[in-house]
Amino acid sequence: MNAAVEVENVDRVFTTRGGAVTALSGVSLSVAPGEFVSLIGPSGCGKSTLLRLVADLDEPTAGSISVFGKTARRARLDQEYGIAFQQAGLLPWRTVAANIELPLELHGVGKAARARRAAELVALVGLGDFADRFPDQLSGGMQQRVAIARAIAEQPRLLLMDEPFGALDEMTREHMQLELTRITAETGAAVVFVTHSIPEAVFLSDRVVVMSPRPGRIRDIVDVRLGAAADRGEDLREDAGFFAAVTRVREALHGADAPGVGVDLR
Amino acid sequence: MTAAASALVTRVLPPVALFAALLLVWQLAVVIGDIPAFFLPSPLAIGGEFGELLPSIAAASLVTGTNALVGLVVGSLLGVAAAVVAAFVRVLDEMFAPLIAAVAVVPIVALAPVLYTMFGASLEIARVIVAAIAVFVPVFINSLRGLRQVRPVQRDLMRAYAASGWQTARTVTIPSALPFMFTGLRIASSLAVISAIVAEYFGGPRSGIGSLITSAASGSNYARAWAFVVGAIIVGLVFFTATLAIERFFTRHVRAR
Repeated sequence: MNAAVEVENVDRVFTTRGGAVTALSGVSLSVAPGEFVSLIGPSGCGKSTLLRLVADLDEPTAGSISVFGKTARRARLDQEYGIAFQQAGLLPWRTVAANIELPLELHGVGKAARARRAAELVALVGLGDFADRFPDQLSGGMQQRVAIARAIAEQPRLLLMDEPFGALDEMTREHMQLELTRITAETGAAVVFVTHSIPEAVFLSDRVVVMSPRPGRIRDIVDVRLGAAADRGEDLREDAGFFAAVTRVREALHGADAPGVGVDLR
Repeated sequence: MTAAASALVTRVLPPVALFAALLLVWQLAVVIGDIPAFFLPSPLAIGGEFGELLPSIAAASLVTGTNALVGLVVGSLLGVAAAVVAAFVRVLDEMFAPLIAAVAVVPIVALAPVLYTMFGASLEIARVIVAAIAVFVPVFINSLRGLRQVRPVQRDLMRAYAASGWQTARTVTIPSALPFMFTGLRIASSLAVISAIVAEYFGGPRSGIGSLITSAASGSNYARAWAFVVGAIIVGLVFFTATLAIERFFTRHVRAR
């Protein structure tokens, strides 16, 4: 069986006015189907760049990327992944339901089927009463739930998420993490999740990929696997295994460097 | 008191009261100060003329309003079309930019006398053209800005969805641009009325409100000239409120991100 994501020896060099900037250098990573992998590291470590390469929103300077055995471009054209960003990016003139339907509409799904799927998804992300509201009537956390519903609308086998909870307050954030574990347990999708919060990465992930900056490279991969996604609850955050994993990721992250530049230690 | 009624009292009443007070002060100043009519006629005299001449003011307003409206529609359509072309063809955008900057600084009404000789002084067409050119600039500039409003996250999303160029334009680019286009339209609507009226000052048929203002003023009918000015103000207000209402409708959800 093909890996969900296979990244081999990828470099990404940006040419700027000030010269060449190496965002990623010699990055290799494999994500199994159904696996939840977080990318963590300080600002400028290339974690978002790596996600954009997998999504074919950007192209590597060297190396290769495949998604379910296809090139990243082919996978994008075949709609193999769903994606969510730090900004919900909802269209303000569309209702919640119409925003969720957007990818279905673009890919020619019929009106009745779209409405049915949107109703399911609105319920799944707990916004049942808000289907006809407009984004400006929702809180940030609710908007982000709509963005997640939209990302999973076409039941992708791979979910790419770039700090989707980065702009939310801590309580909303923990709640959304729990929701996400529930949703991924239901859909069985593989997830690549970019974050700079250690507890978030540990709570959600099977494996945490720790990256370091200048040039961006993978420093370590920490195996977490605190149990099946469906079994995770709020009590996990107070579990000894959870704290041990947080410590392991933190040590991997800081290594020999000065502690925590640009890293969220909450 | 209902919310609507209290809004009426707190928001509508004060400006109306101020306006009434100003009229009263004006009237008293003219009467007590014995101000000559050629300098400033009293509001009552202007009101009297307005009532008496209502049919001809209405007819002249209709002529000027029609010129402004046709100019507004034609100029807006051309402005939006040019902005769409400039937004999607970069080379043309670079060709347009200096031209638009040049048109923007020309006092368009200055063209009126030239246009009267080009198209004939007995026709309204010169006035329509003046209004259309005046309208074109703000509509073009605002529309072009609107067409560039697509946020990076939405561009990324549409690429992730493998959306075609037309799909992206239809679902994201054009809806993002609409509020800006209607803001341009609102700004342009006042310009259309002003241009249509001022163009009448430079000649052409004696049909519109602008021509009536000049002929009343040159005939020393000061209160009558002011009555026609009131008519012109009403035409301007109608255009402004109509386009403002359209703009409000199209911007009602743009606050969300």
